[in-house]
This record gives sequence, structure tokens and C-alpha cells, in this order.
Amino acid sequence: MKRDPIYGIMAEFDSATALVEAARKTHLAGYKKIDAYSPFPIEGLAEEIGSRNDVPIVVLIGGIVGGLTGYLMQYWMSAVDYPLNIGGKPYHSWPAFIVITFEMTILFAGVSAVLGMLALNGLPMPYHPVFNVPRFALASKDRFFLIVFSSDKKYDPAATRKFLESLDPRSVSEVPS
Amino acid sequence: MSEPYKSSTDLERAPVIEPGHTFGTVTEKISAIVLTRPASNGWFVGFGIAFMLTMMMLFAIGYLFLKGIGIWGVTIPIGWGFAIVNFVWWIGIGHAGTLISAILLLLRQSWRNSINRFAEAMTLFAVAAAGIFPAIHVGRPWLAYWLFPYPNTMGVWPQFRSPLMWDVFAVSTYATISALFWFIGLIPDLATLRDRTEKPWLRIIYGMLSFGWRGSARHWHRYETAYLLLAGLATPLVLSVHTVVSFDFAVGIVPGWHTTIFPPYFVAGAIYSGFAMVLMLAIPIRKIYGLEDFITERHLQNSAKVMLATGLIVAYGYGIEAFMGWYGGDRYDAFTLWNRLHGPYAIPYWMLLTCNIFIPQVLWIRKLRTSPAALFVISGVILVGMWLERFIIVVVSLHRDFMTSSWGMYYPTRWDWMTYIGTIGMFLAAMFLFLRILPAISIFEMRTLLPEAEVKE
Repeated sequence: MKRDPIYGIMAEFDSATALVEAARKTHLAGYKKIDAYSPFPIEGLAEEIGSRNDVPIVVLIGGIVGGLTGYLMQYWMSAVDYPLNIGGKPYHSWPAFIVITFEMTILFAGVSAVLGMLALNGLPMPYHPVFNVPRFALASKDRFFLIVFSSDKKYDPAATRKFLESLDPRSVSEVPS
Repeated sequence: MSEPYKSSTDLERAPVIEPGHTFGTVTEKISAIVLTRPASNGWFVGFGIAFMLTMMMLFAIGYLFLKGIGIWGVTIPIGWGFAIVNFVWWIGIGHAGTLISAILLLLRQSWRNSINRFAEAMTLFAVAAAGIFPAIHVGRPWLAYWLFPYPNTMGVWPQFRSPLMWDVFAVSTYATISALFWFIGLIPDLATLRDRTEKPWLRIIYGMLSFGWRGSARHWHRYETAYLLLAGLATPLVLSVHTVVSFDFAVGIVPGWHTTIFPPYFVAGAIYSGFAMVLMLAIPIRKIYGLEDFITERHLQNSAKVMLATGLIVAYGYGIEAFMGWYGGDRYDAFTLWNRLHGPYAIPYWMLLTCNIFIPQVLWIRKLRTSPAALFVISGVILVGMWLERFIIVVVSLHRDFMTSSWGMYYPTRWDWMTYIGTIGMFLAAMFLFLRILPAISIFEMRTLLPEAEVKE
């Protein structure tokens, strides 16, 4: 299949309020493949455009794996593979193993949080079509952007543009892919 | 993080950000320090001195590797000298960074947003300075990796019942999580620098470091979750780290070490010294880079209050130690108390009480809490006091234990001092570089504090 030369249509807004408003209207108008960009996190914006957040479950799994790894590692090393009598303590001296079990839980959960977030976000991705719009550089400063992707079922170059213009944006531009 | 925090714009108190700022001015002002402002002569002089001290540290460590730890003042019975004193001091300083970035985030203390970034950097560099000491004090530092459980030809494993092993895991986990937390916080700001810079090569570097962050709402959503969860994980972690450090002492039977008060009072002392270091860094930084709008009187006051509170917990710890020495009925503990007050190290002990307990009480005076010069001096006093505390715990407890035949004295050598002062140089050199190449204040979190960030329904 030939790739669409247009990645989507992007509208620029002045404020967080305008962006949330526009995202809600666009989603209600039936556009499903949309995204919003802002220079800081805006609460509730992701819900407006439909978003799935699997970070918590990744962290939970990471933590459980880390805790088990920590405990079983110490048990196996101290009681199975090379049992060593230290001051007459039992080989399986579980209270002494708690600290490292705890640290490993935190370590694995923390690393999962970071790597999981990056992986679910599809990062690192140094190049992305939205960067083709020169004004998009302001998305990391003080402007707010909304995009409707050309892969959306309802996407139509003229009609979508007209719809976005009806939302009272600062400007509307095509995003070349 | 994204809540507007109405309570933080309390009218009676100094604001977290001076009024009149917009997304644009906050962005420009913070990124300009990195992107457009030329490095001043003062910066070069400061960095030069710090760099030379770092070289001195490397020289001292190089000589140590050649000659062995005989060049230090450690002897039997004082086998733990400066290395452990400095290790505990540095790792404690790091704790304030995590407290500010993680615990205050969970407690929704939005004023933290302007000091968390460099406090986290401070944590990283302090942990790096701390990490040097255990590695070089083991006698054969080239075998320090034996501490990690890796499959080896000797067929043995580390001894997991020892607090020293717990320490290895606690400190290395702490270093890893602190670095991740710091870097994750930097990603959106690196994207801002990428979009602001005019130099193509710099754009490529910042672009790569920012992982191509574009501020998508879905990304922010997961980002915030991950950030909050990391904060939730770092909170028990930071409390556990100094607890485990205190176990290094408390699990032993040496009088003056074998006490259950150690974990809480070590943690409080860590935060105490850490906030002192935060103030010692923040006060010159806000002055030199004109950041008084972002690091306001409010931040100084709040930090002073945290120091006052943790200082009182530390004072309580000393009090309980003394009480248990007197009331506990153990003659060795009683002697330790007597020896601290009247023994050969009585002068450092009284200095410690003066620096950590008596002088900081002036923070009850509001005028001093809001005076940068006074806070700078008091913070310096506290840092000296907290260093002395670790000196007292390590050296004074060891030098006179159960049998008079095994008593001794500890005299640090020039190599001890060179290594210690050298790590301060390394810490400062890293801070100087950090200020010039990364945004010292979190730009995106500052934006969330502005009134225009609020979404009106």
C-alpha cells in the first residue's frame, strides 16, 4: 500500500482550556485516531481522546518478579548451592533476607516503571512526522496542538480541515508524513 | 503534579512563583541559563577550583592503590575511620534530594517544583561521592566486585546475613532509582531545549537525550503514572537506605552502636544534613542566576522549617542515647556516654552538640529563616555538625570498647583529608557542569504552577 503523503491535520491553540475543549468536541464528532500535544501534563486530557494506561500493571509485575528474584536468590545461594554455617544461624535465615528482598522489589519495579513507560509510549523515537510542522516547536513551550490522523476512518482532507477550523484555533496546518 | 494547587497561592505567605510569569517567560528564563547565557569568569574560577580538588582526590586514591590503606589513619581498634564517616555523611546529604522529589510530590507540596531538579542532581552526585569510600576502604579495592553475587570460579556466594551486604544492595538500588527518577524528570525539559536551541549539533544531542519526546497527551498520561509510581517506590527506598546504613552499626555489639534508636535518628539526620546542603547550593544559585522569582523566600523558609524539625528529632536521638546510657544499666554503655562527654574526644562531641542542637535553634526566629545569608551560615554549621556526628559514632565508639588493653586513638593523615576534601571538589565540579548543560529547575513542572495552566470548564 502506498503511504499517504499527508500524516494528518493539526490545529494550534492558545490555552490548555481551549485544547481540552477542542479535544472533547473532536472526539464527540466521531474522530477516533486523534492526539493532543501540550507543554505540560493536563489532567483529564488523555481521557478525552481515549487512552490506555498499562504502566501500573507493568510495575506490579516488575515488583513481584523483583521480590521473588531477591528472596529466591538468597535462599538458593545460602541454603542450597553453598550452605555455610555463619555463627550457628540457620541456612535459611529468612529475617536476614528481607532487606535485600525489599531492595530488589524496589529496583525491579522502578526499572519496570521507566522502561515500561518508554516502551508503551513507543519511545525513543527521535523522528516523528509532527515535527515537520515548524510551529510544533512551540509545543514544548506555550502552545497546544490537536491532530487528526489521516488514518482515521472519518478523515477527509477538506471536511476535517473545516471541522478543525470551526473549533476556533490559532492556525490549522497539514502534517506531511 | 497537574493539579493547580489552589492552596499554594495562599495570600499571607510568599508565593512559590513571583506573579507576572507566563509559560513563555518561565521557559525562556530557565532555558536561557543553559542555551544563551555565556559562562562567567566566576563559573570558570569555581569550576577550576573544584576540578583541581577532584584531581587531588584522584591523586590520593591513586597513591592509596599503590601503598594500601596503611597511608590512612586507620588502625586497630579504629578500623573504620574517615572512609565510613564520609560515606555516611555523603549518603545522608543525598537523602534530601529524594525527600524533595518523591515524598513532597506524594504529599502534593507544589513548592518543591522549583528545587526538585537540582536537589535530585545533588542526590546523584552525593551518592557518587559516597560510593567511592566503601569501594576504596576494602583494602583490595580491585576485588570490590566480590560484593556482588555473580557466578565465580571459587564457587562461593556473598554472606547475605551481614548488614554490609544489605548496604551494597540498598545503596546500589538507591543510586539506580535516583538516576532514573532524575532522568525521567529531565525528558520533557530536554525536548524544550531541543526546540529552543539554535545550534544544529546541540539540537541533535538534546533531541536524542529527550528520546524524541513530543508531549502527546497519551504519553503524558503514562509518564505521570510512571513518575508517581517511582515517587511511591523511592519513598520507602530512601527511608530504607539510611536505615540499612544504621544497621551497619546497630547490628554490631560495640557500645554506642548497639541501639534500636539508630534507624529513625539516622534517617532524620540524613534529611537534616541534606536540606542544609540544598540551602547551601540554592542560595548562591538563585542569587547568581537571578532565579529569586522561582526559588522564593517561601522555599528558604520551608527548608529551614524542615531542618528545624529534623534537627529536633536528631536531638531526641542524642537524648535517648544519653538516657539509655545512664538508665540502661549496661556499664559499657554508661562508660561510652561518660567517655563522649569527658574523654579524649570531648571537644568534637561538644562541638557536635553546639552545631547540631544549640545553634540551629535560632531558626525559630522568623527573620533568620528568611535571611539567605543567615541560612547559608547555619546550613554550613549543620553540615559540619552532621559530619562530626558520624565521626563521633564511628571513632569514639571504637576507640574504647570492652577491654582497656585494646584501647587506641585515631589520627587522620593528610591522605584522609585529601580524599575527603577531594570528594567535596568532585561534588561541586559535577554541580557546576550540571548548571551549565541541563535545566537546573524543572521547566514543565513550573508551568503547571502557573494560573494559566488551570483548565476552566
